[in-house]
Amino acid sequence: MVAQESHQHSAPQGFIRKWVFSLDHKVIGLQYYFLALTAVFVGMFLSLLMRIHLIWPTAVLPLLGEIKPETYLSLVTMHGTIMVFFVLTTAPQGGFGNYFLPIQIGAPDMAFPVLNMLSFWTTFVAYVVMLAAFFVVGGAPLHGWTGYAPLSALQSAGPGQGLGADLWITSIALFCIASLMGALNFITTTLDMRAKGMSMMRMPLTCWSWFITAILGLLAFGVLLSAGILLLMDRNIGTSFFLPLGTINGQLTGHRGGSPLLWQHLFWFFGHPEVYIAILPGMGVTSQVLSTFSRKPIFGYKAMVYAMLSIGLLGFMVWGHHMFMSGMSPYTAFAFSIMTMAIGVPSAIKTFNWLGTLHKARIRFQSPMLFAIGFVSLFVSGGLSGPFLAQPALDIPLHDTAFVPGHFHLIMGVAAIFGIFAATYYWFPKVFGRMMNEKLARIHFFLTLIGTYSVFMPMHYLGLAGQPRRYSQLTELAYLHPLMGLNTFMTYAAIVTVAAQLIFLFNLFWSMFKGPKASDNPWEATTLEWTTATPPPHDNFGGRTPVVNNGPYEYSVPGATRDYVMQSDPATVAAH
Amino acid sequence: MASFTPTIPAPHPTTSRGKHGDLPPVVGGGDGGRPDPGSPDYGARLRRARLGLAVALTPIMMLFVAFTSAYIVRQGLPTFDPNTNTVVHDWIPVQLPTLLFLVNTCVLLLSSVTIECARRQLARQVALEPVHSIPGVSLGAERKFPWLALTLVLGLCFLAGQWLAWRDLAARGFYVATGPSSSFVYLLTGGHAVHLLGGILALLAAGVSVLLNRPLASRRIVVDVTAWYWHFMALLWIYILALLEFAH
Repeated sequence: MVAQESHQHSAPQGFIRKWVFSLDHKVIGLQYYFLALTAVFVGMFLSLLMRIHLIWPTAVLPLLGEIKPETYLSLVTMHGTIMVFFVLTTAPQGGFGNYFLPIQIGAPDMAFPVLNMLSFWTTFVAYVVMLAAFFVVGGAPLHGWTGYAPLSALQSAGPGQGLGADLWITSIALFCIASLMGALNFITTTLDMRAKGMSMMRMPLTCWSWFITAILGLLAFGVLLSAGILLLMDRNIGTSFFLPLGTINGQLTGHRGGSPLLWQHLFWFFGHPEVYIAILPGMGVTSQVLSTFSRKPIFGYKAMVYAMLSIGLLGFMVWGHHMFMSGMSPYTAFAFSIMTMAIGVPSAIKTFNWLGTLHKARIRFQSPMLFAIGFVSLFVSGGLSGPFLAQPALDIPLHDTAFVPGHFHLIMGVAAIFGIFAATYYWFPKVFGRMMNEKLARIHFFLTLIGTYSVFMPMHYLGLAGQPRRYSQLTELAYLHPLMGLNTFMTYAAIVTVAAQLIFLFNLFWSMFKGPKASDNPWEATTLEWTTATPPPHDNFGGRTPVVNNGPYEYSVPGATRDYVMQSDPATVAAH
Repeated sequence: MASFTPTIPAPHPTTSRGKHGDLPPVVGGGDGGRPDPGSPDYGARLRRARLGLAVALTPIMMLFVAFTSAYIVRQGLPTFDPNTNTVVHDWIPVQLPTLLFLVNTCVLLLSSVTIECARRQLARQVALEPVHSIPGVSLGAERKFPWLALTLVLGLCFLAGQWLAWRDLAARGFYVATGPSSSFVYLLTGGHAVHLLGGILALLAAGVSVLLNRPLASRRIVVDVTAWYWHFMALLWIYILALLEFAH
């Protein structure tokens, strides 16, 4: 491995080169992070509107008026799309990955800085195009974040299915290209730019998670891009890839012979790995934080790496479990079901290793640790409903009920968000040179943990009781009347949870300027980012080239002078 | 952790380049990323660019894998005919302009050969450059055939040939939306053409770098990577042609 690389570019001087069209991976990482921060508040606002509409369907909201059924569906679509693509894919990988992957492996920058900049700005354009869908004639599309054909493939299928849907697909296609550029950079950087001594098996688990996520993205986003191209052709050129013979408003559509299921296959071949793209970086951060604040080496480092690799591999073989309702052959469904439940094995390995790391540890309950433990909790409670839905016999009655949103919000939504929070609290001192307020962080943690559980746990119960998802109005269904009290509780819980995020927002920006100064290594952690100055200089190590002599999680090493040995310290551990 | 051994005092960490101190300064930092061709950086940059290309080819492959699976699935699908109330197969094979496609294939393969010549010529130039800079040493007049320009022309010829093929298809009534098979012919050939256009733009960039008098090594890296990309495009085209010819 090449240890020394000349930095690809010198430190820029002007504002535009330094903060706007920057080639510095740290600035690009922050750009991704703040893009995701705006996106998460947009997405959260949309979900709040949905929750309010569900219990007060005729309420006239200030500035927005009454939410019509089609508006509700466009809220569902845009909430899902913005959260999945512009928050869960963007912040953990584009944000933290960009900022810390090069530093943690001891590189001065990403392998291709210009590509990195292009990747961010393409994401930005995709984001603007996505938001623009709100403001065109007909509004945002109705087809959900999964964009199922034929609804998504016909211009005349609904109010948002005209220009709004075209913008939606264009945005997704741009996002695919941006993510591919990003993934290319991550993989090349990880393989080619590690510092001397930083073997693959000495990389922090965060780097492993970003690396595996990049591989998943590399394989998955090309397929989504192809599906998007086919969909655009169906919509605008008159082809029939996804459109069977059909009528709309009593008239033949002119399309024939296409297969809506083909869209589902292509979409979910991307869509399932996407779930792991969202959650794997959270797993990496959780491992990192748990080890640091337990003052113990991560339990089973190699097992963690292999578990992530096998989750990534299996993730490509299970997309059919999203389609049990599509009339697929029971034999095919059985195969997909078995593969899906097999993912439980590496997931359980990871969970037990996290618990093993916590076992008998001298735990420091600081805010990053709280969120990492919260991640483990959410991963377990969200993950346990996975094997339910993995079985066709159970999935078919549960499929279009609130059980499914309950499941994926806990594991993919909230758990991944907790990963982002843990990373934010953990790395904030390094990025901004100041500490975040611990008291506010604790309030934020407990409100968010209890709040999100209160919103999403009852969804499982509602689903079992038969409450359908994607319905704009539930108040008209007599059998759901007994459930409305619970729905009202969930809406209030959602309002409290959203309000709690304002505490986070305040803490973030207040601490950026007013927080107490942070030392170079406030958590007494071992990885390379804590060896450099705070905040890191332009070339990350101030002209030095780090050399790695130790594994990433050498805490409580017998015989060492401190309870941790940094990766760049002289070798103290002979055998790994 | 039982495997831990007691502390062993280790010498100061050293790097492969540092001889005196433990922390040598980064060599070449802030030079705008253009070290002279003889610097060891050049080999690392070339290797990194090649690795990047190999990674970048993966999603392109996935794109066409997805198109292929859609092609095969769509080909086997029956469709309902409302006139006869029966389920029929509406896959009407497109009569491909085979001869034209074969000519285009030859042009593309030839361009693959010429870009390989360009790649090797540049590699030789880079290798010999240090010798050129020695005063009083002459290697004689190097034959410099314009392989790159020739590749560019052949690439544009291929695209023009594809354009003629599409015109030919349209003249015989096969438009993009005519039927599922014609949609895929346009999709696959068009997708390939767009990717080849990317290669042509890279070659143009390499040509512009000659005019801008950029270092030879930088140009060599661009041409090297583009050449591998170009070979991939040739293989991809043969694959697409085989798919269209034998699975129509």
